[in-house]
Amino acid sequence: MANSSLSIDSDHTFAPVRRGFFADFFIRLFKEKQLGAFGGVICLILLLTGIFAGVLAPYGYNDINPIESLKPPSAQYWLGTDNLGRDILSRIIYGARLSVIVGFAATILSILISTLIGITTGYFGGKYDMIMQRFVDGWMVFPGLVILIVAVSIVGPGMWQIIVVLALQFGIAGSRIIRGSTIAARENMYVRAADALGASTLRLLLRHILPNIMAPIIILFTTRIAAVILAEATLSFLGLGIPPPAPSWGGMLSGTGRQYMLISPNMALIPGICLTVVVYGINVFGDAMRDLLDPRLRGGGGSYSMRKRKKEKTK
Amino acid sequence: MRAFLIKRILALIPTIIFATLIVFIVIRLIPGDIIDQMVSQHDIGSEEVTRKSLEKALGLDVPIYQQYLRWMGDIFLHGNLGKSLWKETPVSELVMERLPVTFELSALAIIFSLILALPIGVYSAIRQDTTGDYVGRTVSILGIAVPNFWLGTMVVIYPAIWWGWSPSVELVSFTQDPWGNIKQYIAPSIVLGFSLSGVTMRMMRAMMLEVLRQDYIRTAWAKGLKEKVVIMRHALKNAMIPVVTIFGLQIPILIGGTVVVEQIFVLPGMGNLMFDAIQQRDYPIITGLMMIIGLVVLVANLLVDLSYGYLDPKIRYR
Repeated sequence: MANSSLSIDSDHTFAPVRRGFFADFFIRLFKEKQLGAFGGVICLILLLTGIFAGVLAPYGYNDINPIESLKPPSAQYWLGTDNLGRDILSRIIYGARLSVIVGFAATILSILISTLIGITTGYFGGKYDMIMQRFVDGWMVFPGLVILIVAVSIVGPGMWQIIVVLALQFGIAGSRIIRGSTIAARENMYVRAADALGASTLRLLLRHILPNIMAPIIILFTTRIAAVILAEATLSFLGLGIPPPAPSWGGMLSGTGRQYMLISPNMALIPGICLTVVVYGINVFGDAMRDLLDPRLRGGGGSYSMRKRKKEKTK
Repeated sequence: MRAFLIKRILALIPTIIFATLIVFIVIRLIPGDIIDQMVSQHDIGSEEVTRKSLEKALGLDVPIYQQYLRWMGDIFLHGNLGKSLWKETPVSELVMERLPVTFELSALAIIFSLILALPIGVYSAIRQDTTGDYVGRTVSILGIAVPNFWLGTMVVIYPAIWWGWSPSVELVSFTQDPWGNIKQYIAPSIVLGFSLSGVTMRMMRAMMLEVLRQDYIRTAWAKGLKEKVVIMRHALKNAMIPVVTIFGLQIPILIGGTVVVEQIFVLPGMGNLMFDAIQQRDYPIITGLMMIIGLVVLVANLLVDLSYGYLDPKIRYR
């Protein structure tokens, strides 16, 4: 893929190597954003752990074995066991699978909702936009967690319910960003040209606007996925998320296990560390991605610091 | 200023209407079988509760538009948020009991997060790419990545293992024992404040870096002013507006955080009330709390808007 433009009989053998978008992206990621690349590696490990959980985990996530309960780490149980004698490592590994499923499913669904609301309100504007925006305003008045726990109390606990509720919350909240980008994209000449040529509205939205707001959509995706994983963990911690015995990292910190954590702190320590590392990894990867994909959003970086300024002054 | 305030409050009306509609629809979304379930739960109690009486308590006994108007009228004309389904206590009374706890927790958390975020953010910016900057940035990213419920759990577990210390379960009132009261709130507010500080810290650093490149900062340096004066007087105030904005955006996160932290540290605040109400499916309490939380967020946003004028005199309220 990297050398696709270099054919043997080409006269332009010295032309710069034109790489595909993804190849270029990854090369720049590793060259310019080492921290982001590190985050990317964390994301990859999470993804692979989730996919191959069945192969990697030494035990099942709900293999109850009361004789072996609350054991410290050993060769047999690398991270020890919990109050029901379940291997903590296996539960962590299956927990990664759960986080990946919930994270991806809810984020993809939320992006669809954001895009649907954002692109239509941004493109059509007018009364429809005004009413939808006041609705989004009204929605944003309530803290995310409050909406989530109230919604879960209505739809009931369970993985798919949680995914839908998370998607709805993050989807509505994220629609503003897509709307803003759509308004900016709408004003482009080529959109008007396509309109003048008689392209249908659907074609305009899908072929001319959507490709041009992909950068914010991808950025929204990476920033949301960490928030979604954290929100699921919080809900499960509060006992309103995915019900036990599912090995949700947040759920592992809550419920009946809490009284045993004084005896076996590993039960609480490990899931929290995993969550922190994963959220950290996704965040730095997302930041790097934002910088690479959308230079306009770059924060105050560079090497132009006051230190240097002072040195210049003294010269 | 006054005209601006009136305009701003009028602009809130559609938002409030949609917010109340959302809360209202939430209650209409309760599936019928949950009401049956609630009736069966009630059978254990001594009171006679039927489906009809429960529907009446939830306001489900009249046509839907009447329900909304009656509910809105009760709230805005009579200040009546309804009554708890299980107890006969008015919701407003229950909320008023819990409000001071959440308020104190939030206020201390805000103070702590600002004490942490602002100096570290400024320091990180003026000593960019030094060890201190890296430490500061690590702290801020930890503030974002560490889940507050985990940090809270750790703060409860480890001191108990190491020193046998555990947070007191009984609420100590400030008037009786001020020091004991502060001691009780300090751990939860640090946990909550830390998770708030990360974003503020990053924003503070980014804005300071941007402001420090401005011409008027160069002028200030050229005048031979001391670093302290340049940073505090010339740079900081100008860097504050986006920081205040992002801080305002965090108020809903703060309120969400109180639900979690109150649960861990067994503080009888609004979050705890909400959580109990959800467990017991006490929907009038849930809607009442949502209304009050919504209003708090709106007022906080208004205050954030008003603070811009103080920070930047160029911004006039029109």
